[in-house]
Amino acid sequence: MELDEITPLLWQATGETAVMVGWATLFTVLLGLPLGVALVALDKDGLRPMPALKGAIGVVVNVGRSLPFLVLMIALIPFTRVVVGSSIGTEAMVVPLTVGAVPFFARLVETALREVGRDVVQAAQAMGTGKLAIIRKVLLPEAFPGLVAGLTVTVVALIGYSAMAGVIGGGGLGDLAKRYGYERFETGVMVAVVIVLIIVVQLIQSLGDHVARRLSHK
Amino acid sequence: MIEASGLRKLYGQTVALDGVDLAVRQGEIFGVLGQSGAGKSTLLRCVNLLERPDSGTVTVAGRELTKLGERELNQARQRIGMVHQHFALLASRTVAGNVAFPLEVMGVGRRERDQRVAELLELVGLGGRGKDHPRQLSGGQKQRVGIARALAGRPEVLLSDEATSALDPGTTESILGLLKSLNRELGLTILLITHEMNVVKSICDSVAIMENGRIRESGGIGELIRTPGSRLTREIFPLPEPAAGHITLTFTGHPEEPVISEVVRKFDVDVNILGGAIEELAAGSVGRLRVDLAGGERDNALTYLRERGLLVEVAG
Repeated sequence: MELDEITPLLWQATGETAVMVGWATLFTVLLGLPLGVALVALDKDGLRPMPALKGAIGVVVNVGRSLPFLVLMIALIPFTRVVVGSSIGTEAMVVPLTVGAVPFFARLVETALREVGRDVVQAAQAMGTGKLAIIRKVLLPEAFPGLVAGLTVTVVALIGYSAMAGVIGGGGLGDLAKRYGYERFETGVMVAVVIVLIIVVQLIQSLGDHVARRLSHK
Repeated sequence: MIEASGLRKLYGQTVALDGVDLAVRQGEIFGVLGQSGAGKSTLLRCVNLLERPDSGTVTVAGRELTKLGERELNQARQRIGMVHQHFALLASRTVAGNVAFPLEVMGVGRRERDQRVAELLELVGLGGRGKDHPRQLSGGQKQRVGIARALAGRPEVLLSDEATSALDPGTTESILGLLKSLNRELGLTILLITHEMNVVKSICDSVAIMENGRIRESGGIGELIRTPGSRLTREIFPLPEPAAGHITLTFTGHPEEPVISEVVRKFDVDVNILGGAIEELAAGSVGRLRVDLAGGERDNALTYLRERGLLVEVAG
């Protein structure tokens, strides 16, 4: 295949990957951030100690983390069908991607929040700050650089997961690589996919690092 | 202003507070002195209920904190300032943002907040540094931000948790000077804990000495120094254990008066000076002298010294 044949395919696949990863990232943040906060706040010496609930959430998160994405994706097909109405295609892939990334991101959020000094939290308590305000005004802003770093890692992981979407007809770069590189031995397409992935991951990581560094006042 | 009674706190098997009573009068600087592990930090944190005592009550400015629910407790805490050993500033906020924090929590409007923050920074000598981030400041400056933040809610009481322990001696002195001037000018009651005798000597009006979760001795500094056998006096003046018959004299008020030579002349005694020092305390200067008195009218000499207002302790 010539380059001018590859280019449109590449654009389309990259677009599909971007859509999948973009939506999945959004939902991952919306679900994973509160979950990570809960893991910290419900801890036995957290803001609102409820160790039993924290333990339960921890188990769920660990179950999510222990399934390889490929297995999770296939296992979730019935659930995806209920949520999206279909189990194939780019939109459908957002569901397993989100489910796969939420536990991962929640753990990274938990780690970032734990980095916030205990003394700072206690100082806020000594000033009569309520629990929600401590989360909103102390924990999240103080942990922000760490959260951005965690999000960067999550997005890169999501790009990796999304490549597997090709296996069950999800579209995107993985699908392109599978159809042209694996099934038709089109080495040119394969090389192009690899190059695009390397560039995209590099860009995301550099952007994330840059933002995290800019925000850090330590 | 601050009253605590019967405070007990256990951490597992360790007794942190073993029945502590504390009374801090309005407008005074009260120091709790003790080694690490004595329970003083737990005591301080029980005053604003950062730690909840297992039993006992805490009353600050007439409100019994141990009875309050979470919301009322948070309101009460807004009137109790606290400064921390390691400053506990938010790295994500500027200096001004840190000082504004308690005001935001209290729901003070933007304009009033900005104005108050500027005043507070001026008060602690950091006018114009509002836009800096804490990492750009020295330790002493960070603690000044901590103090400004603690004062934001116009507290009646300031709690100081080893506020100068992480600072070098010169900076310590300037922070202590600031605390003292806030105490004098704003009538702020200060309860501080420290392991440094120097802090007690230079700014405290009253002191409690803590050991193993109990208060061993407490009261006004002048009063304690005039009490025979006082631990505080012994710790301020570390003289060796006296041999039998040795006399320890404590001078308060005017230690520069030549009482020793008077005694020698009047009572025909020999005085052998074994050790001694004069200390400048917030409560005035105090001298302590270890002597051996022999010959002549020894007993009359001792009576005379007592009449002159000296504390005379004879080792048995």
